[in-house]
Amino acid sequence: MEAATEALASQGYLADRPLALAVQLAVVLEQPLLLEGEAGVGKTEVARALAAATGARLIRLQCHEGIDVHHAVYDWDYPRQLLALRAAEGGADQGELFSRRFLLRRPLLDALEADADQPVVLLIDEIDRADDEFEAFLLEFLADFAVTIPELGTITAARPPTVFLTSNRTRELHDALKRRCLYHWIDYPSAELEREIVRTRVPGVPESIANRVVTAVSRLREHGDLYKLPGVGETIVWARALLQLGDDADLEETLGVALKVHEDVERVIARGVLDGV
Amino acid sequence: MSDELAPELSDGVANGLAELAAGLRAQGSRVGMGELLTAYKALEAVDCTSREDAKLALRAVLCSDRGDLAKFEFAFLAVYGSGAPLGHSPFDELEGLEREVLPHAGFQANAGAPPPSQDAELDPVPAAWSDVELLGHKDFANYTEAEIAIARVMIARLARRGPTRLSRRTRPDRRRGHTPDLRLMVRASLRTAGEPIERHWRAPSRRPRPVVLVCDVSGSMTPYARMLLQYMHASVAARRRVEAFAFGTRLTRITNELGGRDHDRALERATEAVVDFSGGTRIGDALATLNREHGRRVGRGAVLVILSDGWDRGDPEELGLEMARLRRSAHRLVWLNPLAAHPEFAPLTRGMRAAIPHTDELLAGNSLASLEQLAVILEEI
Repeated sequence: MEAATEALASQGYLADRPLALAVQLAVVLEQPLLLEGEAGVGKTEVARALAAATGARLIRLQCHEGIDVHHAVYDWDYPRQLLALRAAEGGADQGELFSRRFLLRRPLLDALEADADQPVVLLIDEIDRADDEFEAFLLEFLADFAVTIPELGTITAARPPTVFLTSNRTRELHDALKRRCLYHWIDYPSAELEREIVRTRVPGVPESIANRVVTAVSRLREHGDLYKLPGVGETIVWARALLQLGDDADLEETLGVALKVHEDVERVIARGVLDGV
Repeated sequence: MSDELAPELSDGVANGLAELAAGLRAQGSRVGMGELLTAYKALEAVDCTSREDAKLALRAVLCSDRGDLAKFEFAFLAVYGSGAPLGHSPFDELEGLEREVLPHAGFQANAGAPPPSQDAELDPVPAAWSDVELLGHKDFANYTEAEIAIARVMIARLARRGPTRLSRRTRPDRRRGHTPDLRLMVRASLRTAGEPIERHWRAPSRRPRPVVLVCDVSGSMTPYARMLLQYMHASVAARRRVEAFAFGTRLTRITNELGGRDHDRALERATEAVVDFSGGTRIGDALATLNREHGRRVGRGAVLVILSDGWDRGDPEELGLEMARLRRSAHRLVWLNPLAAHPEFAPLTRGMRAAIPHTDELLAGNSLASLEQLAVILEEI
């Protein structure tokens, strides 16, 4: 538990206790960890930080609409196959054509074929963007960390990677997939933790700026009437902006750093949400 | 495998696990054998003497949804108390016997409910097509019980029709297109001595476009809400990527409640979940919640269908603002207003006047014929 906290902290990722415990369990139990949370709370960063801290190789699969096995696991290099066929003037046999020479490896296959002494952190990002079919495939993949390529046979991981999945909740994930995973909801950090995060991520930031920015951000989040709330990422950028502009810079003038919806900016200014910060 | 999975469990935390799982299932969570076994392993992995650590570990294993977190808190409190010494458990008398039994049986969350009645399969079927034709334009508010039963079949059929969109995923296509199917061509040219003579093509496939249905269940909509909820249930059951919400004074997500094939139970669950059935209306507030808490479900190209008569006790200005926002994030916005069926309908209510500039289509939604119109519009989107 302390091990996970320290590992993440060594990479500048300050995790609260529940998150550190979830990460620890994911490593110890060798089960995938599904991370959900509002945009900008650092879901993706967890995997990055853990990989960097443990010297593991980070392999990232960014999901998108229409992703399938040929984007995620492997594909054949068809143009080269066609050229090879022409060059051999029909002499090439199938076994030759569908050999590793013509295999294109995609992230999931990379994760399986890593050396036994090279730990791997596999990040499957924004799984909610993929479709149901891909989710079903992933379920199988996560169950036994093996894939079958018809022409080559079954490839099994020498050592199962540590797997993180993130979701933005644009749609509900399939129950079966959720049940295969550990689950953690990343909340916005407490003001105290967020100040600590700002100090860590923006070296040399004066206490006054850290205080102002964190107070402003938590007021925006508490306001409750905004379409898009600022995440931790925005807090950090805001602190950087103030560091450049000087401590006495006006928060309302730099509001565009934290809020990206026009109505939100107008509302905050009209109601004087940031007055006195 | 079972040897390593059955650690020596002598402490109180592990003894309560079966009860904790039962507590979660009673609240509708799905906790199976797999989770339970992982939970035992998780307790091994953390320091069990720390109440907080044990709790967090169990939470990570047993919850799979944000909504589960509250259920877990409740069940955890019920089983382990509020940190005080463990109280008497009904399982104590069994002396751990229940754990021996556990691996043999899994229970569904609804195991306690009575089995569905025998005639659940026997949906009434219209006696003749004329019955359906007669119903076509009849207002839902004037339906008899028998007519509701007949209409249910028709509604289920209409609900299968929905919008689609082009996907980035491609599939083999006979027609000559823009993308050659190299995979098939390599295979085919093996037969022709490496000469790519046969051409194959791929074309983008069509996927269901997300649909968000938002139904007004306030007092003035009661005669219609019953049938429109039927439509929502049938849509959730028949199509993928459908989200359902109901609102009176506040918005409730009822997608999960409406799921499942048994429509009577689904509607019952949904009605239970909506606390303000047949009460007042605050459309603006409800849409504000939709925009803020479920904005990601509405965005990304969803078709939004609002079913409401526009009688609104809230602020029309707020309604206008929220409608404008919805219009910008949704792909299309369709409003079903049962009052619009009247030939002399004019959007006179304050709510309707604020909303109409932001809708793409205004339909009646008061009869089977107008629901068919909705199906046609959805298919064309």
